[in-house]
Amino acid sequence: MTKLLSVRLVAILVGLGFAVAALWAFVVGAYNAATEEVAPHLPYEDPMDLSWSFDGPFGKWDHAQLQRGLKVYDEVCSACHSLKFVAFRDLEQLGYSEGQVKAYAAAKQVPGIDPNTGEATMRPGLPTDYFPSPYPNAVAAAAANNNAIPPDLSLMTKARGNGTNYVASLLMGYQEPSAELLEEHPEAAPGPGLYHNPYFPNLNLAMAPPITTAGQVTYDDGTEATIEQMSKDVAAFLTWTAEPTMVKRKQTGWPVLIFLLFATILAYMSKKQIWAAVKPKK
Amino acid sequence: MSFPWARQYEPKNAVTKFLDEKLPLPRLVYNAVGAGYPVPRNLSYFWNFGVLAGFFLVVQIVTGVVLAMHYAANAQVAFATTEHIMRDVNWGWLMRYAHANGASFFFIVVYLHIFRGLFYSSYKAPREMIWLLGVVIFLLMMATAFMGYVLPWGQMSFWGAKVITGLFGAIPLVGEPIQVWLLGGFAPDNAALNRFFSLHFLLPFVIAGVVILHIWALHIPGSSNPTGVEVKSESDTVPFHPYYTAKDGFGLGIALLAYFALVFFLPNALGHPDNYIEANPLSTPAHIVPEWYFWPFYAILRAFTVDFLFVPAKLMGVIAMFASILLWFFLPWLDKSPVRSGHYRPLFRKFFWFGLIPAMIVLFICGGAPAEEPYVMLSQIATAYYFLHFLVILPIISNVEKPEPLPYSITEAVLGSDKKVVKGENTTPAV
Repeated sequence: MTKLLSVRLVAILVGLGFAVAALWAFVVGAYNAATEEVAPHLPYEDPMDLSWSFDGPFGKWDHAQLQRGLKVYDEVCSACHSLKFVAFRDLEQLGYSEGQVKAYAAAKQVPGIDPNTGEATMRPGLPTDYFPSPYPNAVAAAAANNNAIPPDLSLMTKARGNGTNYVASLLMGYQEPSAELLEEHPEAAPGPGLYHNPYFPNLNLAMAPPITTAGQVTYDDGTEATIEQMSKDVAAFLTWTAEPTMVKRKQTGWPVLIFLLFATILAYMSKKQIWAAVKPKK
Repeated sequence: MSFPWARQYEPKNAVTKFLDEKLPLPRLVYNAVGAGYPVPRNLSYFWNFGVLAGFFLVVQIVTGVVLAMHYAANAQVAFATTEHIMRDVNWGWLMRYAHANGASFFFIVVYLHIFRGLFYSSYKAPREMIWLLGVVIFLLMMATAFMGYVLPWGQMSFWGAKVITGLFGAIPLVGEPIQVWLLGGFAPDNAALNRFFSLHFLLPFVIAGVVILHIWALHIPGSSNPTGVEVKSESDTVPFHPYYTAKDGFGLGIALLAYFALVFFLPNALGHPDNYIEANPLSTPAHIVPEWYFWPFYAILRAFTVDFLFVPAKLMGVIAMFASILLWFFLPWLDKSPVRSGHYRPLFRKFFWFGLIPAMIVLFICGGAPAEEPYVMLSQIATAYYFLHFLVILPIISNVEKPEPLPYSITEAVLGSDKKVVKGENTTPAV
C-alpha cells in the first residue's frame, strides 16, 4: 500500500515538474511577445482559383491543352528547366502517335557515347530517352543563372501547395510592386536580378518573366496564344508530368468505391440479422 | 483462460481431425476469433478498432513488401526509384498511395483504439499487460513510420531525419557521438538511408509479434466492455463468431470506404508538398513538420523554449516528448479508481472531455503550425495540462471521486434486468 502510494506521489511530483517547466516557458514567451517586435510576414497572395479539365473526382485530361502546354514548355521553359522524370515515350499519352513521338525525340539532342571512339557526344533522341537537361550539370546551371539553379519541373505542381493554380498564377503574376506595398514593406523592393511577383512567398524571385507577350508561342491548333492561355496550358501540362496516372487513378476509384458500398451494405444487413436474436426488443 | 461456458472446438471430418491432432491451428483460431471466444454482448463500435488496426498492419506489410521490390535504398537514386514506382511500375502508384495513406489510417484507428482504452480505463487490472504491450506496439509504430517517411528521400524526409536524430544530440556529453552513431555519419546520407530501410522492413514483423502477445494477453481476462463491469454469467456474452465477426465486417467496410476515397481521390492530402522536392542538404525548408500523426508530440517537443533550472530547453523538450508517451506505461498504477468506465465516473468524465481532449486538439494543431505565436504559447498551456492530467489529476480524482451506481451485470445493462436471464428466456444466442 505504501509502495503504491509512493508511485503516485512520485508521479504527482514529476507531473508538476513538467507543468511548471511548460508554464515557465509560457510566461517567458508571453513576456517576449509583449515586449519584442515581431517582423511581419510579407503579404503574398494565394493562387488564383482557376478551373481545370482534370479537377474533381470525374476530371479528365484535355489532350489538346496538354499538347499546347508541351509546346510552351518546349519553346519557353526548356531553355532553363529540365523535365528529368518524363520520357519521350510518355508523350503517347497526350494523344501523339508512335511515329510522331519518334520524330519528336529524334529532333532532340541527348547525351550519348560515340560508338567508334567512346567519347562523350550528342546524338538524336529515342522514345526511350528522357527529356534532356538544358545544362550539363548543376554548376553550369548555377553559373548561367546568377547562382539560382532552375528547378526540375517534372514534379513542380505536386511540390507546391495548390500546385496547378500556383504555377499558372505565378506565370501570369509578374508586375511592378505597388507603391502601398513598398511604403509598408520597403524590404519587398526587388533586388538586382530579382523580379516582383505577388504569388511568390517572399515576393521576389530570380526567374525573369518567361511569358511576356501574346503570340510568343504559335499554337498548331490555332488557339489564340494569350499570356493567360499559355500560362494555363503549361500549368496543365506540368500537372500531367507530375502525375501522369492521375486520371486513371480517379477512374479506378469509382468501381472500387461502388463495390465497397455494396459490400458494406450487405455486411450491415447480415450484422443486423445475426444480432436480431440477442438484441433487446424495444 | 476462458469462461467455462465457452464453446469447445470439435473437428468434424478426417482432415480437421488429423490437423487437430498434429497441429491444432484450427482450434487456435476457433478459440481466438471464432465461436470459442465468449465476448461481452454490449460492445459498442469503439471496440472495432483493434481488428481494424490488425487489418491495416497487414495492408502495410503487403503493400510495403511489393514496394520494396521496386525501390532502391541509395541516396543517389531513392527519389528517382520512388518516381519510377509512381510512373513505370504497373499499379505502382496504387501501391505507393495505398502504403502512404495506409500509414495514416493505421494511426487513425490506433488513436481511436487508444482513446477507447483511456475513456473506458481498459488498462486497469486485470488487463495491465494488454495495455503495456499496446504502448510497446505504438512506440514501434512511431519508429517504423518515421523511418518509412525518410525512404522517398524528399526534402521533408531528409530534414525530418536530421531533426529527429538531432534530438539525441541534446543528451549531455554523449549526445553527439550517439547521433553520429545512429546516422552512420555527421548528416543523413546513404548510411542512414540504408539502415532506415533495413529497420523499416524489420520492425513491422516485430510489431506483428507483439500484436500476437497483445491478443494472447487479451484472451486471458477476455475483452473489456462499455460498462466496465466484468462478465458474470453466460448471458453476459456472445460468441465472437458470428456476432463480432459480422460487426467487425461492417466496421471494416466503413473504414475501407474512407481509406480508398482518400487513396483514389485525395492521395496527397495528408502529405507535405515539400516531399516531392528531392532531398537537398544545402536548402532548409521554411517549416520542417513531421507527418500529421506526430503533431501532438512534436508540439510538446517544441513547447519547451526556455532553459528550466539546469536543463537546457532542447533537452527539456526531448525528455518531455518521450515522457509524454512513456507515462502511459504507468497508467494502470496511477488511476486507482475501482470503476473502469468513464460513463460512471462524473469527475473523470469532466476532465477527460473538457481537459484532455481539448488539450490534445490544441497540441495537434500547434504541432502542424509554424513555430510562431500564438501557437507556441497555446502548446505550452496544453503541454502543462497534458502532464497534469495523467500524472496529477488522474491519481487524485480516483481518491476523491464518488462514482455513479453501476449496473449489476452486463445483461442488466442491456436488457434492463437480469432476471429473465436467469430463467434463460431467449438469451442464449443461437448459432
